[in-house]
Amino acid sequence: MDILANLAIGFGVALSPYTLFLAVCGCFLGTIIGALPGLGPSNGVAILIPITFTLGLDATSALVLMTSVYYGAMYGGRISSILLNIPGDEPALMTTLDGYPMAKAGRAGDALVLSGVASFVGALLATIGLMLLAPSLARVAFLFGPAEYFALYLLAFCTLGGMASNNQAKAALAACIGLGIAMIGVDSSSGLPRLTGGNLHLYDGIDFLVAIVGLFAIAEIFFFIESHGKGSSIGVKLGKVTIPWKDIMATRWTMLRASGVGFIAGILPGAGASLGSFLAYMTEKSIAGPKGGFGTGVPKGIAAPEAGNNSAAGGALVPMLTLGVPGSGTTAVLLALLMTLNITPGPTLFSERPEVVWGLIASLLIANFVLLAMNVPMVKIFVKILMVPAWVLLPGVTMISFVGIYSLSGSYFDLLLMIGFGVLGYFLRKLDVPTVPVILGILLGGKMEDALRRAMTLSDGDPMYLFSSPIAIGFWIAAIAGFVAPMFLRGVLKKPEKHPTDGPVD
Amino acid sequence: MASDRIFGLITLITAVAYIAAATQIQTNFFSGEFLPKLFPLMIGAVAALCSLSIIFKPDPDPAWPQPPTWVSMAIAVVVLAFYAVLLTPLGFILPTVFAAGILSYQISPRIKPAILSGIGLSLGLFVLFKYALGLGNIVAYRIPTAAKLWDAIAILIPFVGGH
Repeated sequence: MDILANLAIGFGVALSPYTLFLAVCGCFLGTIIGALPGLGPSNGVAILIPITFTLGLDATSALVLMTSVYYGAMYGGRISSILLNIPGDEPALMTTLDGYPMAKAGRAGDALVLSGVASFVGALLATIGLMLLAPSLARVAFLFGPAEYFALYLLAFCTLGGMASNNQAKAALAACIGLGIAMIGVDSSSGLPRLTGGNLHLYDGIDFLVAIVGLFAIAEIFFFIESHGKGSSIGVKLGKVTIPWKDIMATRWTMLRASGVGFIAGILPGAGASLGSFLAYMTEKSIAGPKGGFGTGVPKGIAAPEAGNNSAAGGALVPMLTLGVPGSGTTAVLLALLMTLNITPGPTLFSERPEVVWGLIASLLIANFVLLAMNVPMVKIFVKILMVPAWVLLPGVTMISFVGIYSLSGSYFDLLLMIGFGVLGYFLRKLDVPTVPVILGILLGGKMEDALRRAMTLSDGDPMYLFSSPIAIGFWIAAIAGFVAPMFLRGVLKKPEKHPTDGPVD
Repeated sequence: MASDRIFGLITLITAVAYIAAATQIQTNFFSGEFLPKLFPLMIGAVAALCSLSIIFKPDPDPAWPQPPTWVSMAIAVVVLAFYAVLLTPLGFILPTVFAAGILSYQISPRIKPAILSGIGLSLGLFVLFKYALGLGNIVAYRIPTAAKLWDAIAILIPFVGGH
């Protein structure tokens, strides 16, 4: 059993007292980040990357810490969905549909525990799926040449863009903004600066962390100024928390099915956790039929999106680790983390640095159990943290972001750039231009260009080389389909609107 | 409608400028004449097409905030910009009191909680960074000379501050 032997290596790396301590810290911090309205997995992880980097942790410790934060934030997102009717991030949106009505009906504690268990099932199954699937996918990925990689990156942008926005042109434009920014800096082959406008600060290019923290965290301030921090008060009461065994048993098949659906959605490059929770919810809704009472606060309506969401988060790690193509905003941020740690995801990662991959997988498994243990009995503590008012929280997050980015280079220029990205992020999101493709563009721009250049060099400038293999053609077709299909499916797959509740809505 | 048209026009102009800049990219023997320009040109072309599509098929306008909110946001940007340049000469504590306090006031306009959150966040985060995370050298406080202070602020004034 190859997998068991590899897993043993992983646990050997990840089970030291120190890394366990980091896992517990990360899970705790992550749950808080996920629970706080306005902070989700992507911006939470983004703010913490520069600080982790400055702390000088080694690659494995940093990975354990950040993946625990990542999984923790996925768990925590449900707390604000259920209690405040405010999703901490987009994947948690579906949980508000049944979670908030159930909490209003006086079953907030049951809803929280049930969703915690569903998250656990989804994340655990996805981690097992990751273990089984990723190594074989990594072997296939060895066959990829520059033409295949170029098409694959394009596929990621197309599917992500197709899903992320209601307007394809805006999604594609967002990707172009990111890619265009990635081109700035000294060109690796000629050694000459490109598109810097003569500004010396830009010779090293624009650090993706500056862009991520600006677009995700700083932009959030402007939204809070706009809303004056309204809607961040708890609208429902949380009584004594008990374990609702009956609901857990009644939803066991829902959880398993939703995990399967979520995992598959997560694997698709560019689709990610939002699609996972959405599809899981819709599948269960159609199985249950109109009698299922979905949308009125039924246990299945909580179990399905939570299992799907967390399972998709695990599934999204498959393309991220094996191909270097992230499937969602948060995995894009995790890719940024790996790149900061000088780890290049891709097929070679599995053969050359198995301790990193399997250490990561082992730490995901550990994080899962820590989170289950932490979330069910301790959920009341996290609910208390929700009481932090926005006028303390947001300035605090901003100051942490500033210190983090400042610690990277110690230069005011990066800070001003980050503010610029924050303003840009506000306008983009206002105009329904998705920001995740921008991040993905900055992260993948260099590699995508590299693939294109190598393809052109190999073929002596023949553009048909990009379509020369069946795999590449398959990716091109999938890319076009992924970009065009949502235009037609939009009518069919219309996302259900958020509840018109009398509770706090931002 | 109008918002998207303006946005599309801005991105179109940027895309054209980007293409123009891409044609001027310097090349040498190692990189070849064409390859360093190829991908930037492709990006610029796609961006220009998208901009045209947005101009001709705009979405409905989003709900823009009221004028007082714009003022609040503008204040926040200015405060953050000052914070960015003053971190180096003044250190962490003093600028953070002001920046966090003013931001807090922009979110919830009440004087007392804003002052308290400014002071609290500044000291709390200082302790966290210095003692818990060991980043003391980054958040150290400094007493600047007038000249250094002016140099820092001058960065924000166009054509006066250097790079």
